[in-house]
Amino acid sequence: MAPGAVIDDVRSAVRAGSSWSSPKLGSGIGFEDVTVSYGKLVVLASLSLTIEPGEIMALIGPSGSAKTTALRAVAGFVRPASGRIRIGERDVTDLPPHARDIGMVVQNYALFPHMRVEDNVAFGLRARREAKEAVKQRVAECLRMVGMSAYTQRYPRELSGGQQQRVAIARALAVRPRVLLLDEPLSALDAQIRHSMLQELARLHEAMPSLTVLYVTHDQTEALTLADRIAIMRDGRLVASGPSQALYREPPTRFAAEFLGRANLLPVTLEAADAGDGLARVRLGEISLLVKARPGLSVGRDCLLCIRPHGIAMRPGGRPSNELTGVVRAMQWQGDLHSVTLETQGVLIRMICAPLRDPPSLGVRFPIHFAAEDATLIPEDA
Amino acid sequence: MTSIAAPAIRRTSFNTGWQWVLPPLFFLSVLFFYPLALIVRESLLGHGRSLSLSHYDAVFTSGLFQDALLHTIVIALAASAGCLVLGFVLALVLSFVAFPGARLLARLIDTFIALPTFLVALSFTFIYGSAGILNISLMHLLHVRLPPVDFLYSAWGVILAEVTVYTPFVLRPLLASFSLIEPAQIEIANSLGAGPWRIIRQVILPAAIPALLAGGSLCLLLTTNEFGIVLFISAKGVITLPLLVYDQAVQEFDYTTACVIAAANIGLSLTLYSLYRMIITRFGGFRAGLV
Ligand SMILES: Nc1ncnc2c1ncn2[C@@H]1O[C@H](COP(=O)(O)OP(=O)(O)OP(=O)(O)O)[C@@H](O)[C@H]1O
Ligand SMILES: [Mg+2]
Repeated sequence: MAPGAVIDDVRSAVRAGSSWSSPKLGSGIGFEDVTVSYGKLVVLASLSLTIEPGEIMALIGPSGSAKTTALRAVAGFVRPASGRIRIGERDVTDLPPHARDIGMVVQNYALFPHMRVEDNVAFGLRARREAKEAVKQRVAECLRMVGMSAYTQRYPRELSGGQQQRVAIARALAVRPRVLLLDEPLSALDAQIRHSMLQELARLHEAMPSLTVLYVTHDQTEALTLADRIAIMRDGRLVASGPSQALYREPPTRFAAEFLGRANLLPVTLEAADAGDGLARVRLGEISLLVKARPGLSVGRDCLLCIRPHGIAMRPGGRPSNELTGVVRAMQWQGDLHSVTLETQGVLIRMICAPLRDPPSLGVRFPIHFAAEDATLIPEDA
Repeated sequence: MTSIAAPAIRRTSFNTGWQWVLPPLFFLSVLFFYPLALIVRESLLGHGRSLSLSHYDAVFTSGLFQDALLHTIVIALAASAGCLVLGFVLALVLSFVAFPGARLLARLIDTFIALPTFLVALSFTFIYGSAGILNISLMHLLHVRLPPVDFLYSAWGVILAEVTVYTPFVLRPLLASFSLIEPAQIEIANSLGAGPWRIIRQVILPAAIPALLAGGSLCLLLTTNEFGIVLFISAKGVITLPLLVYDQAVQEFDYTTACVIAAANIGLSLTLYSLYRMIITRFGGFRAGLV
């Protein structure tokens, strides 16, 4: 089924007065100073984070950074040692999982193997003792939404990974949860399916704008594509959070810069904190550059200059622009783009650009440019 | 060309395989099939010269045999049902209720398999017998002269002892199949609003059915043939087929009757065993060492 058809179905389902926009939806999630420990080991350290109603929040971070733990705390499968968890207006910290009104989807789908697709989707509704006719309607509606209407009689083992995950999503949404918790839902799928599922998730949310989603992933592309806001975890701590684009453009820390996309991080010294127009002046080796100013940094301080590989070009663009001269050290053609590594002022810079007709050969020296607004300062931290 | 080559290949492959059948077949014949055949022959011949089913007729219509058959079946069914229920509950607790020492406890229960069955019957006399711990304590406590608990020397005693001994045969495959249930399945069922009872019924039980069938039919087979426990408890009027064979052969010296009953017992066992194999084969993946 084409994604477009799915979204049309969703829209018509919404128009037909179905209950996607029921008043239950539209509850945010609140972590208030939540700490989780196993025995003496503190796994999640005082997490405070608010997810607005209808928002998609991606929780990303390396393996073992307690993303799953945070999600399971919302679901009620781990009990915080301290702190409170809120869903909507309710404090759910002391509620058992089945009273929390959540939908959950995990990496390995965890479909019930002995039930047909339709019974899997109906499970939550039956557990809530909804009327037979209502269950039937709702199951059909949800399976149509995820494009699985043709598979109602199959067993999970008779479905592909992507199809199983669609069913798992339908099963979670069937009960009209207040919030949807997704723990690496696409990690078990191959790259192509992952991409199309990502688009479908985005469309599903478009059709259910009031559904709050907590999306755990270690994949930055998924986070950047889907999320309104991103929270970055490291070693059980929240190290950065903010709107996806802002976090990408102006990463607050080196870790955030490196974890969210690729970054050139150049060692610079601050020459002028305010060079007018919201810009600052920094020194890289022997040359002086204009970059976006960052409040709170004092002159003479060592910082990192963060420039995304796409922000560097062979021709000047954007004003004011900086120019550097680099020597080509490596060259990689990747089909739809060229990746060029240059050495300048004793550091290596990576540039990504559209495929070059006649790429420069190694050792050639040529000028590169980047706009001041594409260069952000990061305080050199520990 | 091909018509010459083909049989040559077949003969070489036949030769290597064929010899290896001999040793096991020899031992099987000497130790198993031959005595079995003797039993069947004796049951058909008796003191007479020609084969006849007259002994079968006499035995099968006797009240003694019918009683024993009924007892055997009822006790085996009841004990197996008890094993299934107890095994299922124990496996649930051991697998899904996290408590320290769960693994150790599972191992401990497992060791019951290693013990001779009549030992359990013996220990039961010490616990539930008329001079056992339970009765002595109760007599002191309630100030009565007669032992208040008196079920051991009845079919109940036999069933209880058999349940104790054979529950591990259900428990083991159940624990194995429970370990294959993804914890996430149970968590998601829970998050969708299902309580423990619904989760057991709809998520855990379906996964346990192969193990229950296999373990249950194995129990049925073993309890049908149980001898030690029945003999040891020797409850009044509780005589099963194996015990009747023993009685007829050792106490009455009526070997023909003993052989007829034994043949019936063998028939019953083989039927149950085929049932067991059928179940094991039906749930193919399950065969690999779980039972
Ligand atoms: N039941 C448990 N007992 C003890 N420690 C645990 C338990 N569950 C998780 N942990 C620990 O908590 C930490 C965080 O685990 P968590 O699963 O939340 O990480 P994650 O960010 O989801 O990692 P991944 O990306 O690999 O899924 C890990 O160091 C892990 O070892
Ligand atoms: Mg995880």
